[in-house]
Amino acid sequence: MNLLADALSWLADPSHWQGSGGIPLRIGQHLLLTALALVIASIIALPAGALLGRTRSGGAVIGAVAGSARALSTIGVLTLVGLWLGIGIGPPLVALVVLAVPSLLAGAYSGVQSVSGEVTAASRAIGMSSAQVIRRVELPLALPVIVGGARAAALQVVATATLAAYTADVGLGRYLFTGLKTQDYGQMLAGSILVILLAIILELAFAALQRLAARHAAPHSTPALSSRRTSS
Amino acid sequence: MTKKNLLRFGSVLGIAVLGAGALAACSSADPLDNNSGGSDEPESGGSIVVGSQDYYSNEIIAEIYAQALEAGGYDVDRQMRIGQREVYMPEIEDGKIDLFPEYTGNLLQYLDADATATESQEVYDALAEAMPEGVRVLEQSEASDQDSYVVTKEFAEANDLTSIGDLAGIDGLTLGGNSELEVRPYGPEGLKSVYGVDVAFTPIEDSGGPLTVKALMDDQVQLVDLYTANPVLAGGDLVVLEDPEALFLASQVVPLASDAVDDEAAAIIDEVSAALTAEDLVALNARSVDEEAAAPTIAADWLAEEDLA
Repeated sequence: MNLLADALSWLADPSHWQGSGGIPLRIGQHLLLTALALVIASIIALPAGALLGRTRSGGAVIGAVAGSARALSTIGVLTLVGLWLGIGIGPPLVALVVLAVPSLLAGAYSGVQSVSGEVTAASRAIGMSSAQVIRRVELPLALPVIVGGARAAALQVVATATLAAYTADVGLGRYLFTGLKTQDYGQMLAGSILVILLAIILELAFAALQRLAARHAAPHSTPALSSRRTSS
Repeated sequence: MTKKNLLRFGSVLGIAVLGAGALAACSSADPLDNNSGGSDEPESGGSIVVGSQDYYSNEIIAEIYAQALEAGGYDVDRQMRIGQREVYMPEIEDGKIDLFPEYTGNLLQYLDADATATESQEVYDALAEAMPEGVRVLEQSEASDQDSYVVTKEFAEANDLTSIGDLAGIDGLTLGGNSELEVRPYGPEGLKSVYGVDVAFTPIEDSGGPLTVKALMDDQVQLVDLYTANPVLAGGDLVVLEDPEALFLASQVVPLASDAVDDEAAAIIDEVSAALTAEDLVALNARSVDEEAAAPTIAADWLAEEDLA
């Protein structure tokens, strides 16, 4: 309980809210890094997942790649890349991208793959081109699952972005590392609370996005049906 | 993966790495061997019990003590790798261990948290005062295992550096080290107030490990905090800056001895301490890390080299 009081008083100290090591700046860096990692991972994972999902091939490959990438230790990846690139923001960014890819890949694959073949066949039958089928039928229907993958990835990345402080003066991780090593557990807990708050906010935002995507995917369906769709 | 899991994973990884190093260094010091010989006759008359920390470098020093005593005709009972200070200090105070390699500054802080001495001789004197009853410190060695500021050889030559104070006036210096270094008294603030050196700070969270050394070699940082016994210093590419103002807490190798260590045995150990230089300790550690040689082998080779056994 004492520790929590320490954390709250650390958070309440106005000097921690300004300057180069201040909370707003670190939150900004943390979110920016999270967003950057998610964008890069999406560019890699979404097209690959969607393509494989569309051809309904490579499910086993996706499973193996996603599974083994998930088993990688993020701090191990960070150290390896750090020894190659040197310190700075690069190694943590690569490690976070590696962390985010499996969820995004799996989401894109299963989302696109779950679109019924009858629906795409019917779309073609009414005269849609391939591009139209992808853009107007498959993607909207797959979107709730794709966003679900992104939601899982975002949660992992925002929580793990604390590791950026391992090789760079960036993000909320500094509070954790410094607090731990100087036995300033109030500071450490305060840093954790901030990360948890960010994670909750991101989670709520992505949940709302996912609901929006689901409504878009099945505008006239009952809530029960749309929730069944998103739960795949 | 949650952050907690990740941190746990990180610490497990760290332990695994340490464990691998431990395995490499202690492969021939079979703990079962000790038990089968020692537990039958625990009070075997006159044998000196030599212990060590669970730290490969400390074990090498303990092994040197043990072999030097054996060469002097003493019976030695090895109790290596007994965890950390909290574990072995009570054993030493109980008289269960007779000889143990320690580090002056770190041990002084353990025994007396309010101690203020940082300079080598002051630390040694304060430590001698603070020793519990029945235990004494023998002569300290020049070899140390303490924080130090390190630059590349190239940078030192280009700027004519030998001491930390020579850094004063150089622009654009960045210090790299663990997060907490930024708030330690010997961090950027101490550099400024004691030596008039201005530095920026970059956290590198691997405690002077390979990332820190690479950042220094790549000139991403110009100054790092490494332990003086770090085997990477054996490579010759790095220079430890002298610390005449004792910014860092001096922490030199010092043997703790019980009353079972008689004057003759103490003289043997003092001779070892006098012969063990800072460079020697780095080289011994480098053999353990690079060649994965076992502590007894490294110790025997060094003793032969120094004509002590």
